[in-house]
Amino acid sequence: MIASPKTTSGSRPPRRAGGWAEFQRRYAPYIFISPFFVLFFIFGLFPILFNAYLSFQEWQPGTGLGDMKFVGFRNYTDNLTDPTFWLSLKNTAVLAVLSGLPQHLLAIPLAFAVYGGLKKLQNLVTAVYFLPYITSIVAISVIFFTLFSWQYGVINAALNALHNIPLIGGLFPADKINWLGEKEYVQPSIALVVIWRYTGWNMLLYLSGLQAIPKELYEAASVDGATGWQSFRYITLPLLRPIMFVAVTLSLIGGLQLFEEPFILTNGGGGAGQAGLTTIMYMYRTYASYSDAGVAAAMSWLLFLVIGALTLINNRLFGRSGMAGGN
Amino acid sequence: MRKLLMVSLALVTAAALPTASAQTKKTITIGVFPDLDSVVKAALPGFYKLYPNVTVKVNSLAYADHHTALTTALSTGKGANDVEAVDFGYIAKFAEGNGLVDIAKAPYNAAQYRSQFVAYTYPQAMTQDGRMVAMPTDIGPGAMFYRSDMLKKAGVSATAMNQSWESYIANGKKVVAANPGSFLIPDAGEAAQIIIRTGLKSGEGLYFDKTGKVLVGPDNARFVRAFTVAKQIRDAKLDARAGSAFSPDWTTAFQKGNLATEFSGAWLVGHMQNWLAKDYSGKWASQNLPGGTFASWGGSFYAIPQQSQNKTEAWNLIKYLTTNSAQQVLAFKTTGAFPALRSAANDSIFNEGVAYLGGQKARIQWRQAALKIQPLDVNRLDPIAEQIVNDSLATVLDGSKDVNTALTEANRLIARRAR
Repeated sequence: MIASPKTTSGSRPPRRAGGWAEFQRRYAPYIFISPFFVLFFIFGLFPILFNAYLSFQEWQPGTGLGDMKFVGFRNYTDNLTDPTFWLSLKNTAVLAVLSGLPQHLLAIPLAFAVYGGLKKLQNLVTAVYFLPYITSIVAISVIFFTLFSWQYGVINAALNALHNIPLIGGLFPADKINWLGEKEYVQPSIALVVIWRYTGWNMLLYLSGLQAIPKELYEAASVDGATGWQSFRYITLPLLRPIMFVAVTLSLIGGLQLFEEPFILTNGGGGAGQAGLTTIMYMYRTYASYSDAGVAAAMSWLLFLVIGALTLINNRLFGRSGMAGGN
Repeated sequence: MRKLLMVSLALVTAAALPTASAQTKKTITIGVFPDLDSVVKAALPGFYKLYPNVTVKVNSLAYADHHTALTTALSTGKGANDVEAVDFGYIAKFAEGNGLVDIAKAPYNAAQYRSQFVAYTYPQAMTQDGRMVAMPTDIGPGAMFYRSDMLKKAGVSATAMNQSWESYIANGKKVVAANPGSFLIPDAGEAAQIIIRTGLKSGEGLYFDKTGKVLVGPDNARFVRAFTVAKQIRDAKLDARAGSAFSPDWTTAFQKGNLATEFSGAWLVGHMQNWLAKDYSGKWASQNLPGGTFASWGGSFYAIPQQSQNKTEAWNLIKYLTTNSAQQVLAFKTTGAFPALRSAANDSIFNEGVAYLGGQKARIQWRQAALKIQPLDVNRLDPIAEQIVNDSLATVLDGSKDVNTALTEANRLIARRAR
């Protein structure tokens, strides 16, 4: 390190200014900030680098670190030629859209209603909608299993009761629906749980966005005779765009990493026709059940590329103009 | 000065004495999962009588966590217990590599006890190159449990029902018809699992032969029959489509008393009487599996990791837990863990009736069944093949593919991974 003469106080030469004071000034900040870097290197950077290394190796965990074998890009080509990997990617994409879109379509009007109409109950309503987000996934799964159960579920019991009502009965199915046991119902069932769980979280994001919009704009609009819809359309929506960008990006990344809900609802198996098998679930299965750590690591990098590409597209389409606040 | 020196010396010696005696007392650890932890805890007083200088620390984790922790410990070479319990489903996985001690070799020479154990247990813990990575402790001889009251109502006898898979289905239709709202079996796939696991030729594994060739396919009679029988059960609307055991639908069907039969290991009775079907005590009974087949449901083993610093003491504990007849009987009394040691199964308790099964002397039946179960060769790729076969079976059951197409595809998918 070269000390600059200008940086030391008075006429003392820089060398002599070293010692404790110099140490404190130059190095102490690094020591104070080092816990973050140490933890980041151990729990953040190292696993990422190790995972990248692992993706080029053939390795069964349990055989010891010495048993790795370099296989080049084989783990990547194995994944790219694996029909189950593509199926899992397709499932992930479908589930991300099926569960992601409704979350926002519900959360924006909800946030607007809570912000505008329920001033006094705002905290209570927000807490109620936010509750699913912080509820234990195990408790959630028990409840939804009870609801979705084919033979003994509440949903089927309700549909059955509705079917028996004269006149409107024909609108409801006569047979019980095997929600988690038939291919066509697995994805909507999972999506329903995801929507239920994350709508409150998005509502909270939008609510904070709404609170940041200056009240004067609404006052000016009302003076100009704007209706409620016009205020929403021309003030709220454009000014919410930055927060929408954040919320949609979070949903996109979260949706592509979907694991807990489908894993628990399908008992880890992916459900009928593997329709609930997401890429992260397949990655976990490849590692934990198939003991193929290299293939699983390569799969995580492929998923990273997909998420990166989609986030970039989202950023291009929506982000720039969103961050600029319109246009 | 000299006096001071003497006193100091005396003090040092006195202080060193307890340390010296403590050094001879060794503490070893054992990693287990529930309910095996209860078995180990019950065994310790007896073990301490034989080995007073050893203290055993029991580290119990939930079933999946235990095996995950063991995987991590073996892959990093650190953190394993001196003795590790391994469930049947994980044995093939841990047999890979050299993380576990080969107990077939000296000074353990586990092979010498082979004839004392139920025949199929040893091959499960042995690798293709002849290493033995774990010692069997309990087994799960399979049985067909049935509701005697439901069968009686339909005028069907259990022996007529289990003559063959065809008679199981034919009589099953009568049972379901006579008991509205009931199901013959939780899931049609279970029948396929049993058929896949039985009637194997010598040297034939479940999904691969000795040379690693994929056996799954439309030209293999075992798989064709398994898929066909399962499909017949599904088409006759006899199953509750409950998926795997312990799924919520499976549990509810038991609790509501809607199941007429279930195939499982003998250990199921413990679950039924404790929580699963408490209200139906005396109504359930046990019979052999259909078609004169015998299969096993799980089983537990004990292994010594290479990284253990106390291998001698670890082996002593394993030997006590597995080869001591009184201990194996105690384990059976503690949790209902069926002994892998044959002499233990000759204890008088096995001739007693099982209260939950209406006093039926079912243990004799299970003991005989255990002796008839054939060993299965395990392959590292079994979990992948099993998943692929289950997926293709599901496509047959839901009617989206026929048996031949599904098996052809399964063969292709498994062969892809078996490199």
